[in-house]
Amino acid sequence: MELKEKIISSYVAFENKVNINSAIHDIRTEALENFEKVGFPTKKLEAWKYTSLNNVLKNDFSIFLNKENAIEFADVKKYFIHDIDTYKIVFIDGKYSSFLSETTHDAIDVCLMSSALSKSKYKPVIENYFNKVAKQDNLTSLNTAFASEGAYIHIPKNVEVDKPIQVIHFTTGAEAATMTQPRNLIVVDENAHVQIIERHQSLTSNAVLSNVVTEIFSARHSTVDVYKIQNDNLNASLVDNTYIDQKSNSVVSIHTFSFGGKVTRNNLNFYQNGEHIDSILKGITILEGKQHVDHHTLVHHIEPNCESHQDYKGIFDERSTGVFNGKVIVNKEAQKTNAYQKNNNVLVSDRATINAKPQLEIFADDVKCSHGCTIGQLDDDALFYMQQRGIPKKEGKALLMFAFANTVLESVKIPEVKHRITKLIADKLNVSIGFDL
Amino acid sequence: MLKINNLHAAIEDKSILKGLNLTVNAGEVHAIMGPNGAGKSTLANIIAGKEDYEVSEGTIELNGEDISELAPEERAHNGVFLSFQYPVEIPGVSVTNFIKTAINENRKAKGLEDMPAKEMLKKIREKSELLEIDRKFLSRSLNEGFSGGEKKRNEIFQMAMLEPKLAILDETDSGLDIDALRIVANGVNKLKSKDNAVIVITHYQRLLDHIIPDFVHVLHDGKIVKTGDASLALELEAKGYDWIKKEVV
Repeated sequence: MELKEKIISSYVAFENKVNINSAIHDIRTEALENFEKVGFPTKKLEAWKYTSLNNVLKNDFSIFLNKENAIEFADVKKYFIHDIDTYKIVFIDGKYSSFLSETTHDAIDVCLMSSALSKSKYKPVIENYFNKVAKQDNLTSLNTAFASEGAYIHIPKNVEVDKPIQVIHFTTGAEAATMTQPRNLIVVDENAHVQIIERHQSLTSNAVLSNVVTEIFSARHSTVDVYKIQNDNLNASLVDNTYIDQKSNSVVSIHTFSFGGKVTRNNLNFYQNGEHIDSILKGITILEGKQHVDHHTLVHHIEPNCESHQDYKGIFDERSTGVFNGKVIVNKEAQKTNAYQKNNNVLVSDRATINAKPQLEIFADDVKCSHGCTIGQLDDDALFYMQQRGIPKKEGKALLMFAFANTVLESVKIPEVKHRITKLIADKLNVSIGFDL
Repeated sequence: MLKINNLHAAIEDKSILKGLNLTVNAGEVHAIMGPNGAGKSTLANIIAGKEDYEVSEGTIELNGEDISELAPEERAHNGVFLSFQYPVEIPGVSVTNFIKTAINENRKAKGLEDMPAKEMLKKIREKSELLEIDRKFLSRSLNEGFSGGEKKRNEIFQMAMLEPKLAILDETDSGLDIDALRIVANGVNKLKSKDNAVIVITHYQRLLDHIIPDFVHVLHDGKIVKTGDASLALELEAKGYDWIKKEVV
């Protein structure tokens, strides 16, 4: 049976496990109908021109894992940022692990989507926010149809969360191929502040496809910082659909660090519904082998006096491929918009590919919008200079690449995250130098 | 220390060095002078191991060991230092981190642990004072936006940090004003000892007023055509190179 048919026919079984007499379930059913109509994206769609899921979708994915799989903290400790105190929401094969998690229900809600969807005290928030900013395209519809578990984070007015929140999804590989549909909702009320670290990690080399939807609502004067660490196994693929609704004077930053995985697609969508908003989108991508990462960003400037800052750095070795598709829309009303977009790439090998496509749709006349895209190679003269000082070629290359990517790291606000990313880059480039620039 | 024997080298089939011989002993300062295009910088780059050149004949020995097949970093680990005529700008890498990395990679090659942070800082402080380098300068990106003089001073600072056995200064005097020239020359002189050697490549006599050479060589058309003592540099300054070219013919 084709994967699409298998998914659709499993919906009845899914319905046995959720409350079908709810407004939420009406949303799910509508989403399923949409997925049934549009199916998986193909390269015929303009938005998927450079990324094919065909190879990934050939796997015979298990859609629901009935078995509860436990893992020991010691085995997975390295995937956590463990040198600082954090809240943790941890899932194993799509199911919540209370054992590995550290949540709270006091002044803030750091808990589970399944609780939020079923308990009455969360009902007002769910009604106001669930599925309100997510756009129902192929894969978001699929996720919405099966939306039942994920992180639910609600930060009330004026609360500055005392420590970062880690959201980690582990896949055990108990099945030959696993597909998950994590659904996260993050609601940050006025003048509140939260930092989130997100990671998807498979623990074996069995095939995985995670199709994640995250909705973030950032109210007036709120600040949200999200760090996405993508360093998964080479048989794990990820489609990350993140939708952000920002109100006046809010600042939201999303840093995406893509070093691992087979096929990774990041759909990052910002909607600026207010004035004096700042949206920050940054990424470092370092790939080798046949890895593929596609950054598909959208910033929609709807009202005046807002800013957006995009800075994506990519380093591509061997036969890896990268895509950067950055779309900026400036509505007619959105005067005095400042929208900046930078995408710089280094091709280390002749066989690596980058497809870069900036798209600017500007309908206002008093705006500053810039975009710069470069594709280059490492500077041989700089390499010789470093070698002459005793730095071997491999380390010299790594130092040049790190320096190239470093502008993105500079804006990471949590030192331990910065330190971890630095370490991951050193590991990825197979060197043991400190990079403490 | 350095023994170059019958060196022939070409770049993209253009022959540049045509049988060059040079012997430099520990404790000596050699000056290599000569007109533009004589092959001075080529010689410096070949000793340092730049890959663009093809060496077709001859040997380069450092302390009795043939280094002509070694990678540039291996030559550096053996004590070869080249002060570049045009130091490369490396945005995003600070002077301090660069020199730390270089020192620790050199130590690693010798099987030593990283230099302790305290010792490193002390050394950086000492050597930057020797070259009258402002501390703020050390946190800037390597050579990025540096003036010509700052770049050259930074080269000699790195030399002071790395303490090479054989230092080749390729037109280190170009782009320096009189004060900077004095500081750089003073730095080089302080680092000189009976165990190391310096090769100064220059067009002009003025650097040699400060760094007194034991030998002066004239390089012309890929060969050393004349060797003398410090007075030869004065003679070249007064008379130019034409008389030597005629003498050779």
